[in-house]
Amino acid sequence: MKTTNEMRLTFESKSVNEGFSRVAVSSFASSLDPTVEELSDIKTAVSEAVTNAIVHGYREKMGKIYITAAITDKNIIRIKIRDKGVGIEDIEKARQPLFTTLGGERAGLGFAVMESFMDKVKVRSTPGRGTTVTLEKKISGKDG
Amino acid sequence: MSARIEYLKKEIRVVLDGEIDHHSASLIRISIDDAIIHKRPQTLILDFSGVSFMDSSGIGLVMGRYKLMRSVGGRIRVENLSPSAYKVMKLAGLEKLGELKQKEVV
Repeated sequence: MKTTNEMRLTFESKSVNEGFSRVAVSSFASSLDPTVEELSDIKTAVSEAVTNAIVHGYREKMGKIYITAAITDKNIIRIKIRDKGVGIEDIEKARQPLFTTLGGERAGLGFAVMESFMDKVKVRSTPGRGTTVTLEKKISGKDG
Repeated sequence: MSARIEYLKKEIRVVLDGEIDHHSASLIRISIDDAIIHKRPQTLILDFSGVSFMDSSGIGLVMGRYKLMRSVGGRIRVENLSPSAYKVMKLAGLEKLGELKQKEVV
């Protein structure tokens, strides 16, 4: 699989950047001519991953969030969302629907949304070092 | 993101407008809860007709208001969901909680 296009994005872990980052990624994906639904799926999944980095990765602290996105010749978009926050102790547990360490208004469905809206979701994390979430989706586009 | 709150006889209608994410949901939640606590309506209607984007924070917003309405003996109705917002709500099984209505397709 060959990469045909690539982009990088770095921003502060402020919640106001949730909107900016998902729009930037979906705008990058638009060269694949995705359907409205595919575009909305990408936006939603990115929003979940970025929110996780802000509220779980960095908590009350500020830090940088790094996004790279690549498009391949097989019409696949691969998006990596990385933080250098606290990391996840138990990834299996974190991925379980309704699991949340924050309570309150967080539904605990971030990973469930990512998994249902994207083809692949990969999580790599080292406690104390940070977390990388990789999202992949094949874009069938308006023609197929 | 904005929330316009309309007071009807026994209902409160909240017309939501804009994008619902973790950032914006925390801002509008307080004003909706204030309205519920002061007016104690029988029904809270969350009107999603102006919502252009929603992630799982929208689920939290609905679930939180559902619990509050139950505690004051009322119920909740969610109206005018876009197909993508409905997809997120369904993932949480929210269609079982109360009434969940999609936008009428004309």
